[in-house]
Amino acid sequence: MGWQWFHRLGSPRWFYEKTNAWIPWLALLSVALLLVGATWGLGFAPEDSEQGNSYRIIYIHVPASFLALAGYYIMAISGAVGLIWKMKLADMVMKSAAPIGAVLTFIALVTGAIWGKPTWGTWWIWDARITSMLLLFFLYLGVIALQEAFQHQETANKASAILALVGTVNIPIIYKSVDWWYTLHQPATLKFTGESPIDSSMLYPLLTMIVGFYVFFALVLLMRTRTEILQRERKTRWVKALAGGQTS
Amino acid sequence: MNVYEPNQSRNDQDSTIQAQSLNTPGVWSGFWATFKRDGLIAVRHRGEMANPIMFFLMVITMVPLGISPEKAVLAMLAPGMIWVVALLATLLSLDGLFRSDFEDGSLEQLLMSPQPLYFQVLAKVSVHWLVTGLPLTIMAPLLGVMLSLPSAGFAPLLASLLLGTACLSLIGSIGAALTVALRKGGLLLSLIIMPLYTPVLIFGASAVNSAVEGFPIGGQLAVLGAFLAVSIILAPLAAAGALRISVNG
Repeated sequence: MGWQWFHRLGSPRWFYEKTNAWIPWLALLSVALLLVGATWGLGFAPEDSEQGNSYRIIYIHVPASFLALAGYYIMAISGAVGLIWKMKLADMVMKSAAPIGAVLTFIALVTGAIWGKPTWGTWWIWDARITSMLLLFFLYLGVIALQEAFQHQETANKASAILALVGTVNIPIIYKSVDWWYTLHQPATLKFTGESPIDSSMLYPLLTMIVGFYVFFALVLLMRTRTEILQRERKTRWVKALAGGQTS
Repeated sequence: MNVYEPNQSRNDQDSTIQAQSLNTPGVWSGFWATFKRDGLIAVRHRGEMANPIMFFLMVITMVPLGISPEKAVLAMLAPGMIWVVALLATLLSLDGLFRSDFEDGSLEQLLMSPQPLYFQVLAKVSVHWLVTGLPLTIMAPLLGVMLSLPSAGFAPLLASLLLGTACLSLIGSIGAALTVALRKGGLLLSLIIMPLYTPVLIFGASAVNSAVEGFPIGGQLAVLGAFLAVSIILAPLAAAGALRISVNG
């Protein structure tokens, strides 16, 4: 066994055929988790003593922000794998991850603005955390724009991988910004070590939502990567056979 | 130094010349060769050298016209405004960093040469900083006067711009290298580089602001220095990798 799976990943065809069976399971799991988490969080979790019901947007805002950051890591790491091992699949994963991450960052920003209106009395504030999330959004857009700008797919992959890697410098800054510049945005309430300041009746639905978002992200990433595989390998015999059996 | 000495007694001078031609020049002589070449090109195109500075001056002129000529307002805006415009001026000048070399083929020669590309890029970026970042820094106090920056802000403005514009040139070289093969790379270059510039801008402008308000600025300058140290180490590496990708496809 050992590293065999890693070498096999070099073949987009192997990956495509292998993941065929995963899609329905991932889809079921993510829908179930998101439904349970959303109903639990929006319907049954207790009201917040200070913010009332408006805090419930946390069940979208926090998971989206989590995935916005994690998505960037996934993109940058697969870009690095593509650069180092020249793995076609990694390039495809990188390209597929960028738009999903951008959308999640956008959702995090929008839900944050909606949440900010009733609690802080303003839609937008130039706070360190919010600003760096906006920068993360710009970084995603830069990677997408660079990816689009090149005619040659391989050059586009390598160039955007370098940009993604350079951009990772920003991620720790974003992650720590709340602790370094304590302005308006509250410090992270979710802690995996030590006592969490959030009550378990609110925490469990939130964790469910986060896991649900992760699974959903994996699902969308997988689907986009599979589409990308088909598009890039469209001239190969196995894709043509898959499309209609014409191997001309 | 001699690699081999066939018959040193007969013609000493000859063999030394031969041996030297067999040795490839050292890293620093390669660095200086590119440095001098780029410097010479920049000096021969004095008009182009002036462009970022004129841009800097003109945009700063727009500020009182567009916002308010009132002294109090301008003094408040000055540190950030000067920093933002210096950043934009650097961005506009970056597109030319590798482009003319790419178009006339000398970039390919640079890539093929046995010299480490890291030092070649560093030489090009140093010249770029000398002809844009440094003049912008020297101009900045004048613009500070025009925007009625309080006198406590001048020295920090110079210090922060000195460190900061070097960071801007280094970080920008990555973007210039990534977009050099694209026909319309200019706007894209700004789009991909601006998010990376923001930490430099934040600390640079905040150094001037705190100095105006009477706070110590050692922390911000130290962070800017750290940015500079990290970008000297990493930015030319990334730019060299990007150049290889852009040129070789």
